Amino acid sequence: MPQIAQLSATYASQIFWALIFFGFVFFVVGRGFVPKVQATVANRDKQIADDLAAAEAARRAAESEEANWAATSNKQRAEAQALIAKAKAEGTKASEARLAQAASVIDARMAEADARLATARAQALTEIETVASEAASDIVARLAGLSVEGDAARAAVKEVLHG
Amino acid sequence: MAEQGKVDPMHQFLIEPLFGTDQWTIAGHNIAFTNSALWMLISVGVLFAFVAGGAKGQTVPGRWQVMVEGLVGFIDSLLAANVGPKGKKYVPYIFSLFSFILFSNVLGLLPLGLFGIHPFTATSHFTVTGVLAILSFSIVLIVGFARHGLHFFSLFVPHGTPAWLLWLIPFIELISFLVRPFSLALRLFVAMMAGHVLLEVLSSFVISSANSGVLWGAVVGLPSFGLMIAICALEILVAGIQAYVFALLTSLYLNDAENLH
Repeated sequence: MPQIAQLSATYASQIFWALIFFGFVFFVVGRGFVPKVQATVANRDKQIADDLAAAEAARRAAESEEANWAATSNKQRAEAQALIAKAKAEGTKASEARLAQAASVIDARMAEADARLATARAQALTEIETVASEAASDIVARLAGLSVEGDAARAAVKEVLHG
Repeated sequence: MAEQGKVDPMHQFLIEPLFGTDQWTIAGHNIAFTNSALWMLISVGVLFAFVAGGAKGQTVPGRWQVMVEGLVGFIDSLLAANVGPKGKKYVPYIFSLFSFILFSNVLGLLPLGLFGIHPFTATSHFTVTGVLAILSFSIVLIVGFARHGLHFFSLFVPHGTPAWLLWLIPFIELISFLVRPFSLALRLFVAMMAGHVLLEVLSSFVISSANSGVLWGAVVGLPSFGLMIAICALEILVAGIQAYVFALLTSLYLNDAENLH
């Protein structure tokens, strides 16, 4: 077994070179590269975590933005509806007022026309009375040779006309 | 191979100095650059290239970077599970331990003998695994005494020890504690050596039986060859498992040192 047979001749060399090479591995690879690799992994994990957090924050922001937008749009829609309702009510009121005005004008005109008709009729009646009384006095004068006073004739005609 | 037609299963563990045999010494100890040192160098080089190629730090990683990050993440979660948040600072050490052992184990299994190159598994020598085990054990001791002072000795009195056993339990705990570096070093060395010896013995069956004729070749050689293929797969598994066990046990011992019981 060379491990034991050569022990006294080789132990110094074995221990020396093992220490040299393991020392190189420890100081150059272990303490040089390994922390770098660990830092890389840690950085990557941190970056991933940060990205995830940022994405989560962005999602929350988008959601709150959407909620805000929905609230604003609901409010605006309600305002618009109110505006429309008001305008409709106002329009109805205005048209009612104008209709009422127009109706009153028409009523006034009709009343005026009625009044004019009544006047015309009264005038016509008086004229007919006059004509009838003149005609009656004429007739009386011609048939009976009587001269009837104008007023008397008029009263008599009035009596006949109006019963 | 010791003789013609014979396979020496132990030959693969022979340390052969490559250069510096005579002149390289530290305090009278010879530190010749051997095939063992060469294969450690190759493991370190491959490991360095692997990790350096994956440490590009891109936010969107490529395949290579994913592999390196997976390996680091594996050690990271191993320590997080066994030591907790305090284990974070041991990631470089455990990573070095795990990957150094893993690359040494796997590179020693490469079938490069087909091209005349003989891979050497540095972790099949307890002089190498012992260095790693003593390093781990020293770190446990230093961390334990630095964090808890003499209170670290309470490790030898587990929770719920009955008072009438207080004369025995600390002694047993002390023995089991002191055995740790040996068990760490020997487990890895034995596992690596056993697998390699088994493969070598089976290959010697294949060669010897094929040399003695078609009949023996078919009866002994072919099943041995099939078994070799299966054991090769097992050895790849063992190479990973032993590296993992070494790292896992070290992190468990570090947990003792960091958190006591």
